Amino acid sequence: MRVYLDNAATTQKPTSVIEAIRYYYEHDNANIHRGVHTLAERATSAFEETRRALQGFLGAREVEEIVMTKGTTDGINLVANTYGRANVKKGDEIIITAMEHHSNIVPWQMLCEEKGAKLRVVSVDEQGDIVMDALKQMLSEKTKIVSVVYASNSLGTVNPIEEIIDLAHAQGAVVLIDGAQATAHFDINVQALNCDFFVFSAHKVFGPTGTGALYGKRRLLEKMPPYQGGGEMINNVTFEKTTYNDIPYKFEAGTPNIADVVAFRKALEFVQELGKINIHAHEQQLLKHAHEVMEQIPGLNIIGKAKDKVSVVSFVVDGIFHFDIGQMLDARGVAIRTGHHCTQPLMEQYGLEGTARASFSVYNTIEEIDSMVEGLEKIVKMMRK
Amino acid sequence: MSKSIQEIQDEIIEEFALLDGDQEMTNFYIMELGQKLQDMEDSLKTEDNIIKGCQSKVWVVPRTESDTLHFLADSNSAITKGLVSLLVRIFDHQRAEDILNADLYFIDKIGMNRFIGTQRSNGFAAMIKQIKLFALVHKDRIKADQ
Repeated sequence: MRVYLDNAATTQKPTSVIEAIRYYYEHDNANIHRGVHTLAERATSAFEETRRALQGFLGAREVEEIVMTKGTTDGINLVANTYGRANVKKGDEIIITAMEHHSNIVPWQMLCEEKGAKLRVVSVDEQGDIVMDALKQMLSEKTKIVSVVYASNSLGTVNPIEEIIDLAHAQGAVVLIDGAQATAHFDINVQALNCDFFVFSAHKVFGPTGTGALYGKRRLLEKMPPYQGGGEMINNVTFEKTTYNDIPYKFEAGTPNIADVVAFRKALEFVQELGKINIHAHEQQLLKHAHEVMEQIPGLNIIGKAKDKVSVVSFVVDGIFHFDIGQMLDARGVAIRTGHHCTQPLMEQYGLEGTARASFSVYNTIEEIDSMVEGLEKIVKMMRK
Repeated sequence: MSKSIQEIQDEIIEEFALLDGDQEMTNFYIMELGQKLQDMEDSLKTEDNIIKGCQSKVWVVPRTESDTLHFLADSNSAITKGLVSLLVRIFDHQRAEDILNADLYFIDKIGMNRFIGTQRSNGFAAMIKQIKLFALVHKDRIKADQ
């Protein structure tokens, strides 16, 4: 039996997504937004249908507010390099939290280095919750950007982003939400959240790798300089001067990952057909069960016990290196993640080199969790001999 | 007369053949081998003695005995400790010259890359490289003394 419990890294793909990639290449393949022929029209329309589907999926006011990206990392880099470079000056501050993924740390670090700005980090408590008082103290008129993860990939913590967004706006800062770990698990409505930017990756929401979306408020996107230069993003090019295309195209230089963007829509439909309420309820049941049975294992400590969590259980076992746990579970056909989960500063805070992490999705079952636990019990017993 | 590098490799190949490719048994066997390693004092577990390129911490410290080398090794990972113990078993009390020239065919024969994966294989290669480097330094020293 093969049990896949590494869904926070990437999800498995429904048949409809895999078929859509195949169908696209067999029937509709052409370059988009150029060429008048039928195939180009079909490819363009399939690509733009995904953008429209994303508008609905994220609750954006306008379809032009959806920029197709390579994924979450690409989206954050885009915002840091365009909005960030145009608006952050020497002495300004950018706030992130201690539980950010490296992709929501490094782009801001690079921006701060370039501009002479300061990167400030809100601490996380023992349970894995953001220390809101620390954030409140940190926010000031110097704060230009607050960039926060909605749900932590290594702790599972769901952050109170509505409150964070309101607090940041009160100081005139814009807010980027890293939705990589949240979008597959609960409803997202960017208008209700009132976030300025929202980024996520398709592959963590049952879609293909190498594509994702950035939502940005129209008034911000319009003022932002373009990101990369090339085809598609231009309006008119002469050797003297180039004028740029409108949003969202001015941020989409070059031929994109068309087939995967087209198939991305099938992933969104998969989620919508199942219903996020049902997905969330099932995953929460798995999470509760996992916590209950794993806490019975002698020497096992769950890292991240926030009040509100997505279906992620990070853990360590006394005296057993996390990598060994991963390798031994793999020998039993159970796939989990081990390591620092691209959150090295957070691991350091907890005095850990890394953890083992099981993360569940809609297709996982109680039996699969039990099979992991059976493996863990055996490993602990063997290693304590 | 101690066993040659080739003889020890052949022994290891025979032992692993008994495990019949069962991944779980292989992991447990490797860990058992690690438990047999001679203890390493904590004072030797320094940053300098860590093998670079491994996910877990692996310390290897050479001791020289005329023209041969003796190795102490440890790791914070039980599986890695088992893996490094295989190298200690093969290279302990061997001549620097023989360590340098050793062809480690047992790795392919036991199908190690299959059960330890790419990351650990890279780490294992780093351990071998470091041990050969120790042998090279020792060989040069012997030459200089002559």
